[in-house]
Amino acid sequence: MAYVAVKGGEAAISNAHRWLAEDRRGDQAVPEIQVDQVREQLSLAVDRVMSEGSCYDRDLAALAVKQSRGDLPEAIFLMRAYRTTLPRFGASLPVETANMAVRRRISAAFKDIPGGQVLGPTFDYTHRLLDFTLAANGEAPAAALEAEEPQAYPMATVASVFDQENLLETDAPSAEASEPFDLTREPMSFPAGRDQRLQALARGDEGFLLSLAYSSQRGWGNTHPLCAEIRLGEVAVEFTPDELGFPIEIGDLTLTECHMISTGAAGLERPPQFARGYGVTFGHCERKAMSMAIVDRALRDAEEIETAAPVQDQEFVLYHSDNVEASGFVQHLKLPHYVDFQADLQLIRRLRREWFAREAALKEAAE
Amino acid sequence: MSAQALDLAGITPGFPDAVAGAQSVFRRLMDAMARPGSVHDLSFAPPPPTGLRRAAAAVALTLFDFETPVWLDPAIRGSAVADWLRFHCACPLTEAPEEAAFAVVTDPAAAPPLSAFNPGDAKYPDRSTTLILQVEGLVGGPSVTLEGPGVKGARAFAPVGLPPGFWAQVQANHGRFQFGVDFILAADDLVAALPRTTRVTFEGN
Amino acid sequence: MNAGSNAPERYYNYAYLDEQTKRMIRRAILKALAIPGYQVPFGSREMPVPYGWGTGGIQLTAALIGPDDVYKCIDQGADDTTNAVSIRRFFAQVADVAVTEDTGEATIIQTRHRIPEKPLKAGQVLVFQVPQPEPLRGLEPRETETRAMHAYEEYGLQYVSLYESVATYGRIASTVGYPTMIDERYLMNPSPIPKFDNPKLDDNDAILLFGAGREKRIYAVPPNTRVRSLDFEDHPFETQTWDDACALCGAGDSYLDEVVLDDAGQRMFVCSDSHYCAERRAAGHAGPMAGHQLATPETEPAQ
Repeated sequence: MAYVAVKGGEAAISNAHRWLAEDRRGDQAVPEIQVDQVREQLSLAVDRVMSEGSCYDRDLAALAVKQSRGDLPEAIFLMRAYRTTLPRFGASLPVETANMAVRRRISAAFKDIPGGQVLGPTFDYTHRLLDFTLAANGEAPAAALEAEEPQAYPMATVASVFDQENLLETDAPSAEASEPFDLTREPMSFPAGRDQRLQALARGDEGFLLSLAYSSQRGWGNTHPLCAEIRLGEVAVEFTPDELGFPIEIGDLTLTECHMISTGAAGLERPPQFARGYGVTFGHCERKAMSMAIVDRALRDAEEIETAAPVQDQEFVLYHSDNVEASGFVQHLKLPHYVDFQADLQLIRRLRREWFAREAALKEAAE
Repeated sequence: MSAQALDLAGITPGFPDAVAGAQSVFRRLMDAMARPGSVHDLSFAPPPPTGLRRAAAAVALTLFDFETPVWLDPAIRGSAVADWLRFHCACPLTEAPEEAAFAVVTDPAAAPPLSAFNPGDAKYPDRSTTLILQVEGLVGGPSVTLEGPGVKGARAFAPVGLPPGFWAQVQANHGRFQFGVDFILAADDLVAALPRTTRVTFEGN
Repeated sequence: MNAGSNAPERYYNYAYLDEQTKRMIRRAILKALAIPGYQVPFGSREMPVPYGWGTGGIQLTAALIGPDDVYKCIDQGADDTTNAVSIRRFFAQVADVAVTEDTGEATIIQTRHRIPEKPLKAGQVLVFQVPQPEPLRGLEPRETETRAMHAYEEYGLQYVSLYESVATYGRIASTVGYPTMIDERYLMNPSPIPKFDNPKLDDNDAILLFGAGREKRIYAVPPNTRVRSLDFEDHPFETQTWDDACALCGAGDSYLDEVVLDDAGQRMFVCSDSHYCAERRAAGHAGPMAGHQLATPETEPAQ
């Protein structure tokens, strides 16, 4: 068989792109999927792309899911590359999740809490049986029943329950808190403050954080987490324009927030308290929010104890959590490396020649 | 950063084409920093505000922004130059030389010692101050000899208007490498640079 | 400015990056030139090509390039490798810039894994794409540790590693990304160029800029700067050599790629620097397989 050296040219690249477009479209007898269908019916894919893409726009995220043929890290990459080109007008005020219009809120810490347990739209307690009626295009789902009385608003947070006894450490911002670190404008630096860590984790790959959280549960840096609260709902975003001088509401975000608590290290200088790990995502990404909270808690432990497990190692976790970076670098190995490989070939051939010469000399000496 | 309202009336324009202007200036600046003591022409840059000359103003337009705290020497502090920089670059102004990413010195004789500026950190020597020294000229002054990275063999350099003792300070700055400040020297339309790597010798030294 | 393909739509700024990002990169370049071989951290942006595919080099080029530039982009020494074609097309579109394959004519040359054979000259900038800027990373995974080693010039670990290589193989077995000492102060990773190219780093007349997008570092070697490849007195630095000459142009002084011709062990060696080879053939030089189809690659359609 003859080999032909591949010399890629403009034509080859253009043709590959055409083929890709054809494959994305698939069988043309099947109607083309619309971006609004993706947005409404693959909404959790959209949520993940917004979350790890660091850009809250359901329509663009749906477009990215469609364009990437459902390859979510690719869709996340598309969102990130778009996001960097956007001008920055300013920073919003911090959102207040205590004032969230809650759709789902559960606590594993107490049987009942003010505001109650609200299951909301969850896969929990579904039996994972393939639903063949969906394959047959389904039926209009029966509407969920409305509660007899309106839900408490604002719904008290579990933190406020603990506040009575001062059992949980507080994360109150200090008055002189500096501007938060921004990984999109400056490179990672160590030791990383909690702002930098939380930003990296919020942008981090769900799969990577899930596995790290799991490793911690299995004993590799265990923090004995307990899920104090998960809440899902809408929060208002406020912005203070320079010309007005007071905050105005500019929109809503859907957020998932998770507080994990665990017994903190007992200190001599302060009374024992529960410590917390925090996770938050755009949209409904509950697995990610929980994993993030566990990893945040584990990283905080590393401030106090000698690093023992991967999940407690700042540099290991933060440098490897970004799937746009990881995916690019792993996949860059497909680029040509002829020059490097030629150098390796030369070396190994030379080392082999020397090895055989040595062997032959030894054999000769032995005879 | 000052929050006073700006009086826009006296502010002269920046680059007519901000993208092309900054790119052209930067390429000459990069060449200047890469080849210490080489002199480059910035006469295409727009007219400066009162207190700065063309080359120094062009360097400011090209490098300053909200991320770079800028120290101005007393001669131009609170002057038209400060307003012009705030308007075009939105750079924070600082009176602490050790906090400055850039320092603009229009009166080198009255400048604080070089050691007052930020020499960088052992792990991050890039965080040091870059001084923009406005001088009378870049050719025809007392000649010094430059050696080091960016100089093939040796290069003569003869700026005009540097105070006595300046070169001894530059030698001390070089002696602290990897710490040290870097210099951009600007005359009317001309610019040159002296990074901390450059070894300077002069007669009588 | 002349209108180009990017201008009418105004989707993106000239050369893609916004002006604030360019300023940030430009400031990093100046500090990199002032501290040769030292890795300046910079706020690397997410580019429309993947990390590991030249994002550092692309950001450097975007911060440098102007409409008067002539841009050349090579990968593995060749102008026609897919990623080089793709990056060259990007800048032709977003920066309205003239492109060339001619090493002598280019003002900015972006490269992955090679330094062109033809000596560079003053006025040229060579932009290296760098996957891993840290020369010590293979020996010490922690950035906090390696940054301290550079700060205090503690390079013993590097010498120990080279010495171990000598003890194991009888020679320094490093072949690409061979560690270099810049002006006798900073240890520098020259990017994965073969050590064949290391001597070209020393006292080069061009400005050498290195960009690592994913690792968010920029570093530089100014023109005419001392670049020493590490070695030992009894094991001096040596470069690759070949028994063969280029099959197409007969060059005996260039870095050669091995091309596999069949399953039966047939090989040919050709210049990795495609322009160097083409220029030699145009001047009448011929190797033993001068008529081979590799000598006449498909031509690209005009833009």
